[in-house]
This record gives sequence, structure tokens and C-alpha cells, in this order.
Amino acid sequence: MTEPVLRISGITKSFGALRASEDVTLDLCAGEIHALIGPNGAGKSTLIAQIAGALAPDSGTIKLEGRDVTAQSTVARARAGLARTFQISSLAMEDTVLQNAMLGALGARQGRLGLFGSVMRDTGLRETARAALDEVGLGEFAGFRVGDLSHGQRRQLEVAVALTLKPRVLLMDEPMAGLGAEGTAQMVPMLQRLKHTAPILLIEHDMDAVFQLADRISVLVYGQIIATDAPDAIRTDPRVREAYLGDDLGEDAV
Amino acid sequence: MRREAIFNTALWLGLLAYPVWAWLGDEPYQITLATRVAILALAGVGLNIALGLGGLVSLGHAMFFGIGGYAAGILASHAQSYTPLYDGAFTIEGTQNMLVIWLVAVVAAGLVALVTGALSLRTSGVYFIMITLAFGQMFYYFTISWPAYGGEDGLSIYVRNWFPGLNTLDPLTFFLICFSILSLALLLSWRIAGSAFGLALNAARQNEDRVRAVGIEPYRLRLVAFVISGAITGLAGALYADLNRFVSPTMFSWQLSGEIMVFVILGGVARLFGPVAGAALFILLEEVLGGVSDYWHIWLGVLLLIVVLFARGGLIGLIAGQGTGQATGQRKRAGGADD
Repeated sequence: MTEPVLRISGITKSFGALRASEDVTLDLCAGEIHALIGPNGAGKSTLIAQIAGALAPDSGTIKLEGRDVTAQSTVARARAGLARTFQISSLAMEDTVLQNAMLGALGARQGRLGLFGSVMRDTGLRETARAALDEVGLGEFAGFRVGDLSHGQRRQLEVAVALTLKPRVLLMDEPMAGLGAEGTAQMVPMLQRLKHTAPILLIEHDMDAVFQLADRISVLVYGQIIATDAPDAIRTDPRVREAYLGDDLGEDAV
Repeated sequence: MRREAIFNTALWLGLLAYPVWAWLGDEPYQITLATRVAILALAGVGLNIALGLGGLVSLGHAMFFGIGGYAAGILASHAQSYTPLYDGAFTIEGTQNMLVIWLVAVVAAGLVALVTGALSLRTSGVYFIMITLAFGQMFYYFTISWPAYGGEDGLSIYVRNWFPGLNTLDPLTFFLICFSILSLALLLSWRIAGSAFGLALNAARQNEDRVRAVGIEPYRLRLVAFVISGAITGLAGALYADLNRFVSPTMFSWQLSGEIMVFVILGGVARLFGPVAGAALFILLEEVLGGVSDYWHIWLGVLLLIVVLFARGGLIGLIAGQGTGQATGQRKRAGGADD
């Protein structure tokens, strides 16, 4: 097996007596979608926050392409190639779709931000932004204000901004949330394609989508990973079934 | 968006035409009023970069205004009394040359903005307001208790400072100097709003997590914006000192910080010409209502309430439309040129 692109080893995080992450070990290899599932309150959000750099773990390490980024800020990790999408769309709502995508392209450039030159006339940035928008099917909405987009289109834009960053790793926090059947049907093939651009660590509640997409699945329960395996094996794993008893997965698996 | 451009042009031309008309009619007081509008608008243009573009509600901008004013006052007072400002290993003389005074005002205000900004930008929201207010008050009380430069009584500039090749004592000439600087500051502010820096700063105002997630640190953006903002307001202070030929600690007062903010809000936050419209309206009200009643501030208060409650885009929002909110150059081009 090749060296994983993202390797999380022994992450532990406590809030008082609550152990939100307990010795979490997880990796993500090139070309794969690794889904992280777990019931509500399992500690998924806490784990994502630590991977993205918003929260510092109590112990453990996070390595991105072999480099230890545990002590690095969100900004530094983004610059190292960790691109994330947010569970709740996190965009500049007053700006246009194109401007949001260009912001990503600007960040990816990692240079000084010009104070005087017109950013909208920067053809390099525009092209990067345009290509990402086309990739997610938002090309014709470039001139729209984000505030005027539908929920589904905002989810697509989140992905487009992540793409402009030339990511080494995509960290996707519930990209299907609130999308409905039609939106999900669009998003699934898109993620299928994107995993060849950068491997995806996918946090998702939609089990149909997860089992369709994932190459591997890890199950997080009470802050601990109880199983990491191929979808078929996860489906029949008795511990997972116990954790999900009565949940969607239980019914699917039967 | 076209309407806003037309309104801006009309406002710019109007502000230029009014004192020329007053000059033809031999009404120097009206020229002075227009000069006040230009200078206060300049202070507002400075604040608008922090407040409008960066979302930084600074209640300490009188600090920069005062620093600019005292830069002019102190340099001029030394030149007037023929005493050097500093006489040690080398000598620094006072000066009445506006170009030197402006440079000193901009650099001093910018440096103070760098230091106070570096500290206060670690906070946000109401804490940021309080910290900037506290810094402003520190300067206010310091100048009151500093006898070397007049303390509470302030400093007089007996003869207005000079500009190479121009007669600054002529009211219209002085107006044109102030108006040119205002126009340059507007141009600068427009370029910044449409730049890569402006795009990122504006996005950080709306959503700082988004900006961090693309690998840009909002703190640095805000600090740069705060320094540019403070420097421009500082330059306005230097001109204001020359307009009144007098500086005093009230230039540092928090009421003045509030007034600068009122210009911006009245005219329209984040609107390029918002501070110009706001300052013009303010002076107009002061003149018209002030003539009717000593308690005209009550009516100003009512107006401000109405603007805040019903016309968020200020005067410019009312005239040029609310829809697009952030009326910067970049939006115009984003909407227009792209489709």
C-alpha cells in the first residue's frame, strides 16, 4: 500500500469528562473516498474540527503527505492542500458566485494580495474560478449573488471553492445535507469524479450515498472508531449493526 | 448600479461647483463650509475602508484625526517660534510646508494604527469597539495633560501652512487642495475595493471561516485595512488643523469618532461616496437646523434613527437602490462584464 495522503494517528480530545475523540486513527489514500459515519453525537464534528485545524487535539498527530501538521493553523493547513467544505454552507453571501470561487483561487496562489490592481480583470484567477464552477455545473450562475442561489447550488459552490484550492485532500462535511433526492443524485457522480482529483474524507448521514460512493468506511461511536472496512464488510459487521440498531443502516443491511 | 455612478458624479461636481459659485459671489464663509465637507468626508473615506469594507466598527478614529491635527500643529508651532523640535545629536526643525506635514501626519497616524490595530484586532464585536474607544481616550487625556503643546487650550497656527507654488490663504485655493486630496482618497478607496485585497477583506467581513479555509489570514487583511484607514483619517486631521488654524484635544474626543461614523452611516456604509454624501448632509443640517434651533442635534438623532431603521444603505442606498448592498467597483464589474 502506498503512503496515505492524510494520516490521523491516535487523536484524543476531551471536553471535561467527555471524551469526544478517543485514540482515533484514520487514513486516506490517493484516489479513494473514505467515509466517516456514526450516530449523532459520536464526535464527527469534533474530529473534523481537529483535522481542519479549528481545534487542537489533546494528543495524537495529523500528517498531510507525510508532514506533521498537528500544530499548524487552519490557514497553514489550507495552504498545505487541505480543502474543506462546511456542513452549513460557509460563503460570502453578498458576493457573486464568481467572486467566491475567485477567493479560493486567490488563496491557492499564496502570494501577496494586490492592493490596487483590479481582481476581476485577473484572467488567471478568473480561469481557475471558471473551470471549478464548470466542473460543479455552476458555470452559468457565475454572475449570481450567492444569497440568491438555492441551497443545493450553494452546496455545489462549496465544492467549487474547494476545487480552486488545488487540493491534495478534500474534507467534506455532509455535502448532501438538505439536498433532497435530486440534489443528491447530482452530487454523487460529481464526488465519484472528484476523488481522482483528490482523495475525499467524506462525512455523511445519507447512507445510500455513502454505500454507493465509499471505497472504505470508518464507523465512529462515542468518539472511537469501532470499525474501518470496505462497505460490504461494514454492512454485515455486528458491532456496527449494534451501534446503528434501529437506524437506516440496520434496515438496509437486513 | 448606474444610478449610483450618476449620483456620485453629481455629488463630486456639486461639491466642486458650490465653492466656485460662492467665490464668484464673494461668500468666503460658504467656501469654508465646502472645505469642511471635503475634509470631514476625507476622514469618513478613511473610516469607510475599515468599517465598510472590513466591517471593523472603530470608535477610535478621532485618534488618527487628532494625530494628524497635532502633527500639523506641533510642526507649525516650532516653525513659528523658531525653536527646533529636537536638538540633540541632530536637529529636527519645525516646518510649515504642508507636504512635509502631510507626510508626517500619514506616517504617524499609520504607525499608531499599526500598533493599536495589532492589539485591538485580536478582539471582535463589542470588545473591538471598546478597545478602539479606549485607545482614543488615552490620546485625548494625554493631550489634555501635556502642557508642552497647550494642554487643554490647544495650539494655534497663526498663519496657515504653505504649499509650494500656491497661496493657501486664499479660501478657494485651500478648498481645491482639500478637494484634490479627497478625490485621490476616493480613487484609492475605489481601487482597493476592487482589488484582490479588497475581495478578500470584504469576504472576511462576511465570513471569516471561509477566508481561513482558503488559506488567507483575516487578521492580516484587517490590520492592513486599519492602517490605511487610520492614515487617511490622519491626513484629514492635518487639513482640518489648517482649516481652523487651531488644534485642541477635542480633535481626539470620542464624540468626534462618533461624528465620523455618523457621516459614513448617513451617507451609506461601504458606499464609495457614502462619507461624502454623509458629511455634506451633516454640514447642511448643522447650518440649516443650527440656524433654527440650538438643539438641532435632536433632529440629527431622529434622522440617524430613521436611516438605521429604514434606510440601511444611507442616503446613497435611498437614491441609488438597496438591492446590491455592497456597492464597490468589483461588484459592478462582476455583474456587468461577466455575462
